[in-house]
Amino acid sequence: FSLSNNSLVHGGHARQAEVASSFPPLQTYTEEEGMMREAVKKYAQERIAPLVSKMDENSHMDEEVIKSLFEQGLMGIEIDPEYGGTGSSFFSSILVIEELAKVDPSVAVLCDIQNTLINTLFVKLGTPAQKEKYLNRLSTDMIGSFCLSEAESGSDAFALKTRAEKHKDYYVINGSKMWISNAEHAGVFLVMANVDLSAGYRGITCFIVDRDTEGLEIGKKENKLGLRASSTCPLNFDNIKVPEKNILGEVGHGYKYAIGMLNEGRIGIAAQMLGLAQGCFDHTVPYTRQRVQFGKRIFDFQGMQHQIAHVATQIEAARLLTYNAARLKEAGRTFIKEACMAKYFSAEVATLTTSKCIEWMGGVGFTKDYPIEKYYRDCKIGTIYEGTTNIQLSTMAKFIDKEYNV
Amino acid sequence: MSGRVLVGVKRVIDYAVKIRVKPDNTGVVTDGVKHSMNPFCEIAVEEAVKLKEKKLIKEVVAVSCGPQQSQETIRTALAMGADRGIHVDVSGKDYENLGPLQVSKILAALAKQEDAQLILLGKQAIDDDCNQTGQMTAALLDWPQGTFASEVSLEGDKINLVREIDGGLEHIKINTPAVITADLRLNTPRYATLPNIMDSLMNNETELHKPNHRTSLCVGLIPLFETVAPEDMQGGTDRSGAMLRHTVLQSGLGLHTRSLVVFSIGIGKNKTKLGTV
Repeated sequence: FSLSNNSLVHGGHARQAEVASSFPPLQTYTEEEGMMREAVKKYAQERIAPLVSKMDENSHMDEEVIKSLFEQGLMGIEIDPEYGGTGSSFFSSILVIEELAKVDPSVAVLCDIQNTLINTLFVKLGTPAQKEKYLNRLSTDMIGSFCLSEAESGSDAFALKTRAEKHKDYYVINGSKMWISNAEHAGVFLVMANVDLSAGYRGITCFIVDRDTEGLEIGKKENKLGLRASSTCPLNFDNIKVPEKNILGEVGHGYKYAIGMLNEGRIGIAAQMLGLAQGCFDHTVPYTRQRVQFGKRIFDFQGMQHQIAHVATQIEAARLLTYNAARLKEAGRTFIKEACMAKYFSAEVATLTTSKCIEWMGGVGFTKDYPIEKYYRDCKIGTIYEGTTNIQLSTMAKFIDKEYNV
Repeated sequence: MSGRVLVGVKRVIDYAVKIRVKPDNTGVVTDGVKHSMNPFCEIAVEEAVKLKEKKLIKEVVAVSCGPQQSQETIRTALAMGADRGIHVDVSGKDYENLGPLQVSKILAALAKQEDAQLILLGKQAIDDDCNQTGQMTAALLDWPQGTFASEVSLEGDKINLVREIDGGLEHIKINTPAVITADLRLNTPRYATLPNIMDSLMNNETELHKPNHRTSLCVGLIPLFETVAPEDMQGGTDRSGAMLRHTVLQSGLGLHTRSLVVFSIGIGKNKTKLGTV
């Protein structure tokens, strides 16, 4: 290469341009992702927004909403079109969950659990027969529930006591589960039960249990603070018979699958909390720009501006953590620590944002006539489910410990 | 009958966006502003797709005239169920001067080229509110037109149409081929489902046409009007229609065709009423 000044400068610029295009900013989307996001945004605004308040008050997800979620292809985002799915990517799911959460976090969690937990488990672990039987239905009309937690085992998930006794070619399952989302409408349950309690967590196995299985009892919905439209029920298994062919994956490997799925589901929850925070923020700022006190917009008071800018920064940071964790996972790189960070941070940001938004709205923020108080109630579960904040922090610490172990 | 329907889709500033006038007062800000398909065009696409689902027509072709970004609008039409798209590439100065007359000439030429049985358009675009393209296209092709349609049904080679007019609803029966423009209550457009979006992205069947003197889509993209700020007008003077006409002709706007120029004159309190030349 020539040593003349001109070409060095030229070469320098060309290389810079090359670097810039290979490392686009995190908020860069493929055309597919962009179109999906626009479509979901419009759908959520027009079809879901009008029903949000009613669903929250009645603690009931409207059947029309569930039907339209399936019709729009939002329940089988990563499932192959061969099985009736959309055939898109993990990042598209994340964007969809974020957009839905801006309007209603309850609807977002329904979509999140289906896509990131249920569908992923079937796609990764299902035998051809199992895929044939369930994937089509999961993309078109059947909701799934993931059953891990029990009354005596939440964070300490592997201390679960639901047991499965082997008989010839079937298992008899006894026990109960708690806090099962989507249970009211689910057609299939992925139940984590232990086939050999003496082996500890190495006996945990994942069973596919159809809703109409005899002995399966779905308890009464919990009366919750937030995410009320999302049903959360206890489950009881009274000598239910599950055929051997209904085992998903391998016997005794359930704990691995649970951890693996929850690592990904974490990013989905981060997206939900992110959407929640953004949706709440988007409702509040216009109000601050309209409301006039002491002769000026409340937005124009420096105290308000500083608070608003601070919250906006936190939301942006949560977005970058979430998107980066999602892209890392898609790239097949290690992402567990980053996923923990995203979930932990987004949940905290959601709490901060919603709390501040109520304050900025003043008296009206405190009433149910405005959507803000619902976001405030909905955000709290973010620090609790799919791994409490303390669990996330401990997991991160383990990774950090390893990193410095040279 | 080919059973082919051409649907015109226009890329416009999204209806929810707050419009801002450019600092030089020559138009509105479009850079970086959210654009989407004209709502009436969505209704037209929906009607075309419905006709195809009823098996009354065979193919829906979405057409858009504009710059590169018009392809996004065509893709939305494909995601709603159109079979293929035609993008007539018009950009830069030509795009600024693109109006109903030019678009209708393009559509007329395409209709002949594609052997279309029906042209479905939105009644008007929400950016210019012209409400002219459908009518002009029909006139150029010498086809019957059913404008402001709120109900469309095909009966053999005729179309039964209900039009929303000032006096109420008008029922007409027209022959095909014809031009129909969609009004608000014709239907409720469907959402593009995610699987359809995926399909539309894999659909490579959008042709690109560049209108110039070499192709059959040669249209005269001559500016029909010019926007000027009334900077040299003074308030407080009695302006009659004759004076106004004189002023306009004197300013030499170089109009190539006789067209309606509407002026708003006067500043502040001394506004006189709108005049036409």
